[in-house]
Amino acid sequence: MSLLELKNVSKVYGNLRALDSVNLTVEKGEWIAIMGPSGSGKSTMMNIIGCLDTPSSGHVILEGRDITKESNRALTELHRDKIGFVFQQFYLINYLTALENVMVAQYYHSMTDEKEAMAALERVGLKDRAKHLPSQLSGGEQQRVCIARALINSPSLILADEPTGNLDEANENMVIDILKKLHSEGTSLVVVTHDPEVGEVAQRVVKLSHGKIVSDEMNTHS
Amino acid sequence: MFFRMVKGTFVKQWKKMLMLALTIALGASIATAMLSVMLDVGDRINEELKAYGSNIIVVPQSEAVRSKLYDIEGESVETDYLREQRIGELLTIFWANNITDFAPISDTYADFDGSEVKLIGTWYNHHFEFSKKGSVYERDTGIINLRTWWDIVEGQWLDEQSIGSGEYAMVGSLLAREHGIKVGDRISVTTENSSEILTVVGLYDSGDIDDSHIYTTLPVVQRLSNTENLIKKIEVSAITSPTDELAIKAAKNPSLLSGDEYDLWYCTAYVSSICFQIQEAIAEASATAVRQIADSEGKILEKTELLMSLITFMSLVGATLGVSNLVTSSVMERSGEIALLKAVGAQNIQITTLLLTEFLITAVFGALGGYFMGYGFAEIIGRSVFSSSVEMSGMVAFVVTVLIFSITILGSIPAIRIVLKLRPSEVLHGGH
Repeated sequence: MSLLELKNVSKVYGNLRALDSVNLTVEKGEWIAIMGPSGSGKSTMMNIIGCLDTPSSGHVILEGRDITKESNRALTELHRDKIGFVFQQFYLINYLTALENVMVAQYYHSMTDEKEAMAALERVGLKDRAKHLPSQLSGGEQQRVCIARALINSPSLILADEPTGNLDEANENMVIDILKKLHSEGTSLVVVTHDPEVGEVAQRVVKLSHGKIVSDEMNTHS
Repeated sequence: MFFRMVKGTFVKQWKKMLMLALTIALGASIATAMLSVMLDVGDRINEELKAYGSNIIVVPQSEAVRSKLYDIEGESVETDYLREQRIGELLTIFWANNITDFAPISDTYADFDGSEVKLIGTWYNHHFEFSKKGSVYERDTGIINLRTWWDIVEGQWLDEQSIGSGEYAMVGSLLAREHGIKVGDRISVTTENSSEILTVVGLYDSGDIDDSHIYTTLPVVQRLSNTENLIKKIEVSAITSPTDELAIKAAKNPSLLSGDEYDLWYCTAYVSSICFQIQEAIAEASATAVRQIADSEGKILEKTELLMSLITFMSLVGATLGVSNLVTSSVMERSGEIALLKAVGAQNIQITTLLLTEFLITAVFGALGGYFMGYGFAEIIGRSVFSSSVEMSGMVAFVVTVLIFSITILGSIPAIRIVLKLRPSEVLHGGH
């Protein structure tokens, strides 16, 4: 059973077809990079994969369950349990420490566990920065906190939206290394990116243009 | 984690929360001030209206019938009397504590310096004691508090407690001028029954017909008119509730009221129910409201309360709009954080609870500050308008608490709607 399947998925906003009959399968443990120019439908696809939005037509099947017609409440439970998000802008809560930011995801998932949250930070190399506020962390460190938050509830899929978009080269490499490590540990990754370097390290690159998949290739460099 | 997040908001958005608390405090302070004064204003206005004299007159029943029949209140027809020892019955009625002052009145005409002058005998500052069924009732009462508009132009009030209730008199300014009377003079008054020598202790200016009269002690008039232990009427000043439909209905005929209506009317300090109870206590008497004062009291109270209710309402509407603006802008400022919470699995109800907790905690501080501020305003109003302080009331605190919680929740509705409609997909990724 595939981890995720998009079957003839379309998303229409007024006269605009943001996604147009897209078919995509994501296998467990796979690392896919979704690339394309602005307005190609990357973010729309990410929202649908992440259960943050529903398609206008077609079916989305996550771990064998058709989630197309699920209620908002059920979708919230789904992305809480199955998906870990990493955002370009990090979206850390700036009055909570790095550790507490990770624990927020635990709090809304089940219950907080400081040791577990600390272990997640350790995985991204931030154990010693756990008590720092986001404003006391570099961009790269903030993104690593964001990754730790995405990992904390052991999701089926990590969904990253331009994870290196706001980072300098050194931090970008650090984040890419963490993604590589997660992938090697068996984590499924879907990364939406403009960044060719991120695309290069992914297993598979799906290119979008005007809401359609124009290429879907295994990456020979990864 | 929940309270850590609540605390974090206060740290992060302290300016906004302070503004919110101030807005709520302003609304709470005006509501507290108006409600405190409104609850107190009945008593205050009554106290003010006491300047216009008593609001209930108790006369013998036969006199009341005669007045009604002939529509006259002339002295020439007043021939019946009440017994003086029955005065104390006033203090046995259900609303006795609302009777603030009373004074028995008796009068007669006497010859003074070759002309006929009206002499009025009454109490001024009389220590009154009455015993009934083992209970002792005590009051210091008299017309000093029923003639507050009198201007003592010379001398002093005839105060029985300082000079005794002997042969003393207060003379109206007009009569004093006509006869050259001064304080300390001893004047002689004579009737067909007896003659008295009275020492003048004060001259007063009442601005009405009393300026041609002589006020003396009750026993003097009783001796002169040969009516020992008898009085013509009792003037009563009582704190009353404003007249409403029930009071009007009851005033026509209490027996027309239903059981519940009767109980409510009887247990409310309407002027009509107090009169009714006086008549129950003194069967041979007829107690009637001094219409003008009772009416103006009701109207003034009604208008004052309406005005204060309007001010309270407008201030609460203003506060609700202010709360709504601040809360909405706070939520919009935090749209990224709220979207993130939704993305990590927070349900709408959890986010709404978090936000309402923050707003209601702020409201508690605002309401507390506003309550004490409002009490200060009420004090200022009380002292400047009524020359007395306004009491802090638990009822006002309760009502203000309910109002503040209501306006906070009402003002948060637009923000909560934004939260419910907020889609993390639109905020976190910046569109499609």
